[in-house]
Amino acid sequence: MGQTYYLTTPLKEEQTRQLKAGDIVYLSGVIYTARDAAHKRLVDLIDAGEKLPFDLEGSIIYFVGPTPPKPGDPIGSAGPTTSYRMDTYSPTLLKHGSKGMIGKGKRNQAVLDACKEYGGIYFGATGGAGALLGKRIKSAEVIAYPELGPEAVRKLEVDNFPVTVINDTFGSDLYKMGRAQYEIKD
Amino acid sequence: MREIAFDDIVKAVRDIIVHCGTDLPKDAYDALVTAMETEKSPVSKEVIRQILENADIAKDEKRPLCQDTGLAVFFVKLGDEVKVKGGLLKDAINKGTEQGYKDAYLRASTCEPFSRANLKDKIGYNLPAIIHFDIVAGDKIDIEYAAKGGGSENVSRATVLAPAAGKDGIVAFVKEVISNAGPNPCPPITVGVGIGGTFEKAAISSKHALFRTLGSVNEDPEMAELEERLMTEINKLGIGAMGMGGTKTALGVHIESNPCHIASLPVSVNVQCHSSRHTHITI
Repeated sequence: MGQTYYLTTPLKEEQTRQLKAGDIVYLSGVIYTARDAAHKRLVDLIDAGEKLPFDLEGSIIYFVGPTPPKPGDPIGSAGPTTSYRMDTYSPTLLKHGSKGMIGKGKRNQAVLDACKEYGGIYFGATGGAGALLGKRIKSAEVIAYPELGPEAVRKLEVDNFPVTVINDTFGSDLYKMGRAQYEIKD
Repeated sequence: MREIAFDDIVKAVRDIIVHCGTDLPKDAYDALVTAMETEKSPVSKEVIRQILENADIAKDEKRPLCQDTGLAVFFVKLGDEVKVKGGLLKDAINKGTEQGYKDAYLRASTCEPFSRANLKDKIGYNLPAIIHFDIVAGDKIDIEYAAKGGGSENVSRATVLAPAAGKDGIVAFVKEVISNAGPNPCPPITVGVGIGGTFEKAAISSKHALFRTLGSVNEDPEMAELEERLMTEINKLGIGAMGMGGTKTALGVHIESNPCHIASLPVSVNVQCHSSRHTHITI
């Protein structure tokens, strides 16, 4: 297993460039949620040279569509969704200052290349651990696209949110490394 | 004829949906405990520990196990001596589904295929449910239910092999599907394999196979042997929990086999994530 880090957002490039695939990170501070539809809108705004609903510099974007909150809770269950659907958009967001993404599942080469070039990290959170992860979210506020429902952009305040580095800035991939270690070939 | 009230069916369906949203069934929980104990990778072991802790939190605090609370899938056997009083059985199941998803604060995940517009206002909250009906002898309604998430559905595949491909061909196809899926369907997974029938029969059989209790043995010894072979082959892939690398990629492989056309060998692989939310009631 890798090293353990406790980091607070926004992240700086010197912080992301020291992380390695397999490291465990407990994130605190503000992170933003976005799924497919919101990503498309954010990238369209960048292409049009318009202002985004939040500051991308050092930001972490969480791929999640939470369940509705129960009365009195800030958010419902909130585990990661499958990330490849955001592959088209992530390199643009990394190029414009975002320093990380949280999701689950494989990314394409363009995302891995963008992580290397712009100092971004792809973090994996445990899929299907929505109740556990939802409890690490202290506040949630819809800041853009409320009409998208679960897919709206939310500003989340998280406390020791547990993630693992899947893709680092050196081009390493925990999915490939982990599998190579345990695969039994005939 | 035995009369069963529409509202009683609505309530029964509502109750199983609320229960399954937050309580991981015992077979799935036990299979994960065994996987954690036997997993050789410390990273995957830790992931399974988190999955079990999540299940405990969800149960104790009545929180949804996962934010993907699925589409509601039903296999219903209607006894031929049952008369549903006050409405249609299908409508009762849909109504119970909507109530359950709302009452338990589950997510409405049905949408139009191209505009992607959510259907919660147009058709109903997380409606329509996916319902497979069968008519059997008797005076009861038998309902099997599962909340089926999207991530594991996205990696599922069906094909029709040449008969000469045989068991080796089936093993190769299943391995290919699971290998390509890698971390995406949230392993450790359950693998439903539908064999034979026609193209759609194989697919429906692979879905129904996922409803079987984890840890149970196939009644057909030949299929039980094939399940064991597939389990070994899948775990050799090294994918591990959430794809982090490990020795436990599958919790179970369940086969349903059907007679088929002399020209064909249909096979379908339906994948279930580790949050195997399923149950069975008889009314």
